[in-house]
Amino acid sequence: MAEQNAAPTNSTARITVRKTYKLYIGGAFPRSESGRSYAVTAADGSFLANAALASRKDARDAVVAARGAFAKWAGATAYNRGQVLYRVAEVLEGRRAQFVDEVGAAEGLDARAAGLVVDAAIDRWVWYAGWSDKIAQVLGGTNPVAGPYFDFSLPEPCGVVAVVAPQQSSLLGLVSVVAPAVVGGCTVVVLASEERPLPAVTLSEVLATSDVPGGVVNVLTGRTAEVAPWLAAHMDVNGLDLAGAAPADVQGLEVAAADNLKRVRRPDPREDWAAEPGLDRLRAFLETKTVWHPVGI
Amino acid sequence: MRFEYAPAPESTAVVDVAPSYGLFVDGAFVDPVDGEPFKTVNPATEEVLSEVVAGGPADVDRAVRAARRAYDEVWSRLPGRERGKYLFRIARILQERARELAVLETLDNGKPIRESRDVDVPLAAAHFFYHAGWADKLAYAGFGPDPRPYGVAGQVIPWNFPLLMLAWKVAPALACGNTVVLKPAETTPLTALLFAEICQQADLPPGVVNIVTGAGGTGRSLVEHDGVDKVAFTGSTEVGKAIARSVAGTGKRASLELGGKAANVVFDDAPIDQAVEGIVNGIFFNQGHVCCAGSRLLLQESVAEEVLAALKRRLGTLRLGDPLDKNTDIGAINSPAQLARIRELSDIGEAEGAQRWSPACELPERGYWFPPTLFTGVSQAHRIAREEVFGPVLSVLTFRTPAEAVEKANNTPYGLSAGVWTEKGSRILWMADKLAAGVVWANTFNRFDPTSPFGGYKESGWGREGGRHGLEAYLHG
Repeated sequence: MAEQNAAPTNSTARITVRKTYKLYIGGAFPRSESGRSYAVTAADGSFLANAALASRKDARDAVVAARGAFAKWAGATAYNRGQVLYRVAEVLEGRRAQFVDEVGAAEGLDARAAGLVVDAAIDRWVWYAGWSDKIAQVLGGTNPVAGPYFDFSLPEPCGVVAVVAPQQSSLLGLVSVVAPAVVGGCTVVVLASEERPLPAVTLSEVLATSDVPGGVVNVLTGRTAEVAPWLAAHMDVNGLDLAGAAPADVQGLEVAAADNLKRVRRPDPREDWAAEPGLDRLRAFLETKTVWHPVGI
Repeated sequence: MRFEYAPAPESTAVVDVAPSYGLFVDGAFVDPVDGEPFKTVNPATEEVLSEVVAGGPADVDRAVRAARRAYDEVWSRLPGRERGKYLFRIARILQERARELAVLETLDNGKPIRESRDVDVPLAAAHFFYHAGWADKLAYAGFGPDPRPYGVAGQVIPWNFPLLMLAWKVAPALACGNTVVLKPAETTPLTALLFAEICQQADLPPGVVNIVTGAGGTGRSLVEHDGVDKVAFTGSTEVGKAIARSVAGTGKRASLELGGKAANVVFDDAPIDQAVEGIVNGIFFNQGHVCCAGSRLLLQESVAEEVLAALKRRLGTLRLGDPLDKNTDIGAINSPAQLARIRELSDIGEAEGAQRWSPACELPERGYWFPPTLFTGVSQAHRIAREEVFGPVLSVLTFRTPAEAVEKANNTPYGLSAGVWTEKGSRILWMADKLAAGVVWANTFNRFDPTSPFGGYKESGWGREGGRHGLEAYLHG
């Protein structure tokens, strides 16, 4: 990023092509319909880029896109979902250098530290990708009911999940909240870290080029306090991960989410994004379906 | 030719109903601090059964404190192995006192003795047996190597399965190491109070189970009490949403089992006689006072007339009346308020243009009664097809293709249960996959088992009860 913003030092120096950061909705990269953008600065306060400032309409469009993608994504075979998600990790790895720059600038890390964060994010994505065809075996099962019935339970995605991404951890935190939702078959509208949104936009470029169907992950950038309430109150959103919500806003968002009894995952202030995540986040947006059938001849 | 049945009433001699009861707090029955007495009646006769207390905020506070003390000083320190033994004891006593419990349940609730005797009480005991065995095996349940209880669980249960819902709530809570304050429904408090005696008989440490009777206000005091760590509720979606709002921004965890509007889908290749039994069981079991009741019947057009004719014939043989009679199929509606709601929604069904049908059926003069009722010509927009009636009222719709059946079945904000009737195995699995419901019964309906997770998608609630999955409501990693 530093290079992109460096001023030309002499008349023969090349003028850098500055990147325009946009939203990612339904597999396309629109600007905010509101036409608004906001300045994103590095950890040291220097200007990095302008990012789109998502509006209520953008949030609603993203939910429509996520809903539209849900049936196909949830209905894909687990093997297929795992392949698609692993492909994301491959493309992430290929763009490693860019992420190291962006994460370093956003989080104020030197190249080595940023590299470790990016590696962890890629590994996290791989870890979750591998869960796609194992979740049902670990979280499902047959139930030994007292009667002549075959009865089994299996996990199913709850639908569209709105995610307020972690504010500090711009890539590892983001991956840690998006991957567990999509690997289970949910589709996602994620609101990127407000101050550190650029790695999220770059991640959406990765998603767009890695076989993930449009609409499965939708990325909004903008003001968390402005957009999160629209997502929390949206009646076609089924789950809400409040990982990056400000403590003062959590209660209001949970109250809004109660209108259609969204599955809410509350933020954990002690969350350590570098730690092994366990199954909690995977389980948070899965329903359990139990099917009964008589046994006899 | 019609066979007449001789009356076969179950004796009530086995039950001693006291003229009045206090609250069960810290292992003893106590007088209320700020609660007011009210009466509980037999809905089949309108006779007063007993006087109980509507616990006030101070009563709730006292119970929560007792539960906290028992949690800190006794229950959280007890090895799982020993907790399990108490649950096994309770399960055994439930079996030993099964007849007494069944009669009392039928007196207070109005449900047929056949159902309280064969379903409610045996399943309640089974829930304690099942969870007793989990108490010392929680590390194997899949929620981490050292899962912890939340602490004090505030539990609010409905009137449709008073003892069974108590078992669904209390057994897993105790197995996981929580202590409880339970509020039974205002119209059906008596079996919970008998359960309190059973806790005494099992020498359960004081304060581990506390029972505060009362109505909505008592429940609200309990749910909103600061000393409650976990809220468990079964009841209406409306109240469930209010609870979700009340726990917002607090550290409290909630599990909610709410309403439903289940579709029972019958394909043209279904075994018709079995399907008809399943439809009857689906909606008329427990007077239709079942959150997962199959209240929307979806018939494939090509067999709709045949199934309807068979269904009407079958309804003509249902016996409505004295719930204590062992031959009774349909008992009393639990309360005047519920009867009024069923009447109101049925009248709206007619006013909106659906055709109402009931078999010739004589209703007893006293008590609260509603005949088994069908509505045909129902559209998806009708209120009887959208709202939970919670009574013996079935809406009949039709469909042509499996895709249309799925579309109609899922066209509801609820997602608790669904039924599928077809001989074709591939279609059963296809339908089970497509239906947005927590429980799908294929070629059966309204089956329950403690090993089997139960709970809803969408606005039917949060979490599961029963099975390994149900433990999550009372454990954190």
